[in-house]
Amino acid sequence: MAPTSTTTAGSPRPGVGLPVVPPDLNAKRRPGETVIKALLTLSALTSVAITFGIVFAVLAPAVDFFKEVPFTDFFATSDEPGAVSAAVLPLVVGTLITTVVALALAVPMGLGAAIYLSEYASPRARKWLKPTVELLAGVPSVVYGFFALFFVTPVVLQGWLGLDVNFTNSWAAGLVLGVMIIPTIASLSEDALSAVPHALRQGSLALGANRMQTTIRVVLPAALSGIAAAVVLGLSRAVGETMIVTMAGGSVKNMSLDPSEPHMTMTAFIATTAKGENPVGSVEYNALFAVAALLFVITFVINMVSIAIVRRFRQEY
Amino acid sequence: MSIATRTARDTVEATTGITASDLTGRGRDRNVKSVLFLVALWFSLFFGVVVLIALIVDTVIKGAPRLDAELFTNYHSKISPDTTGFRAGILGSIWLMFATALLAIPLGMAAAIYLEEFANKRSRLHRVIDVNLQNLAAVPSVIYGMLAVAVLALFDPPFKGIVIGGALALALLILPVIIITTREAIRAVPQEIRQGSLALGATVWQTTWRNTLPSAVPGIATGTILGLSRAIGEAAPLLMLGVAMVRTDPTGLFDKVTALPIQIYNFSSEPNEAYQIASSAAIVILLAMILGMNALAIVIRNKFQKSW
Repeated sequence: MAPTSTTTAGSPRPGVGLPVVPPDLNAKRRPGETVIKALLTLSALTSVAITFGIVFAVLAPAVDFFKEVPFTDFFATSDEPGAVSAAVLPLVVGTLITTVVALALAVPMGLGAAIYLSEYASPRARKWLKPTVELLAGVPSVVYGFFALFFVTPVVLQGWLGLDVNFTNSWAAGLVLGVMIIPTIASLSEDALSAVPHALRQGSLALGANRMQTTIRVVLPAALSGIAAAVVLGLSRAVGETMIVTMAGGSVKNMSLDPSEPHMTMTAFIATTAKGENPVGSVEYNALFAVAALLFVITFVINMVSIAIVRRFRQEY
Repeated sequence: MSIATRTARDTVEATTGITASDLTGRGRDRNVKSVLFLVALWFSLFFGVVVLIALIVDTVIKGAPRLDAELFTNYHSKISPDTTGFRAGILGSIWLMFATALLAIPLGMAAAIYLEEFANKRSRLHRVIDVNLQNLAAVPSVIYGMLAVAVLALFDPPFKGIVIGGALALALLILPVIIITTREAIRAVPQEIRQGSLALGATVWQTTWRNTLPSAVPGIATGTILGLSRAIGEAAPLLMLGVAMVRTDPTGLFDKVTALPIQIYNFSSEPNEAYQIASSAAIVILLAMILGMNALAIVIRNKFQKSW
């Protein structure tokens, strides 16, 4: 075997003529590029600025609100007659009910679709089915709200199922909200399922399991953290969605847990109050920001939980 | 499958009785439980699609009587509900979309380029921006409306319901979407392309501008179109900004504007059934716009997607 070129007599020793350290590609400066890089950095930092902007924009009027209205009025179960419409607990209950109804529909449906796409569908079928499911996320929420109000409640709930529900109710709002977040859960769960290595499935199949057993006992547990993150993100979407619950969920502060009654959610309160004619700076107007601050804190915590789940429990195969 | 492996497979099947469907577990799917499981999966996959079809069919049937020219040329009218139109909303939505694109696309692309090509990925700052973007993508849209309200309140007198205000809220809303998809498109460009350029003595920025970005254009275009199609259907942040029904065409960024989703929302609380029919027709227009944009994105993805 011929000796390698570096040891051949007459050839330069390795490294001769080249700098000893690898070249720093960023060292080659041209005057304009520093400016470009600064602009790019600034753009990336805008996202952080937006978050601070949100916190400031929502917090400042909320602080004004709490100067005039005590915390006990805010966390009350009903409004004092004649006082500012401040009680937030009925809004939390309303949000909770629509969210629970939505997740009860979206989690099984989204997960089922994800399992089919990842474990059963052929690559060709998946190429068409996945964008079709994702189309559901492209339908505007105002269209879903209209559909819930004029089709789901009168035709499906009152007509086909014969339920005794109000014109606006949490069943219709929650169910349609659930349909809207199916793609969120399906898409992210599918990513988590697809990331499970084939060796695990093959091991299970080699032991004589069929596809259902493999899916339920091997693939699902392996992808559980990703699925949990998907469900938590779906939860965050359901809590923050506005138009469906504003149009179809009703505008009554209601502490009852019955989904066939109308409930006002936090987002619906924000939307209807903003539409009203309260002057900027009034207590009624600031109540809006107090509720928004609570909503932002709730969704922020949920999002962080989701991000933390993905970061901490992401399995490296 | 080559002939060699095929004959090998046939031999295995002949000698052991194991078929290819056994190897994927498909052959053992024949008991009641697993068939029911498969049916449940089918159901959950098609449930959403069936709802979507029901929504479209119901809307088209309800809106069909009003899918006429007056829908596009007339303004909304309290006096004659039967000929009410969505001219202001359609034009307003188009204006809002272009203004949103103008604000969000350059900013989003610049941020994505910085994060992928220039930032030190192990730095604390990079991690903060990263987590922050994931969080922003899931912030409720009403909250973005409130942020835009606060920004516009800095002016005196505060603007209400103008093009630039609505576009600002929508741009903030879709900025995370654009950044995330652009980053993915840039990340998909193989390292060798950059290395080739860098080896010839180009700077990082020259490499990005002349090699990386042109290769990532299909992915960026797809993500951007999907982001804009989301913006065009949003109503909540516009509602916060006081975007209401107006009967004028916007002619500049500081004109009062309305949008299709806002008009649909406002008509939904009208008791007169003629407005419901008109809204259904408007939903057909809105869905056609959005499905058209989605289709365009899919076409771009399928046609121009490169496999390296």
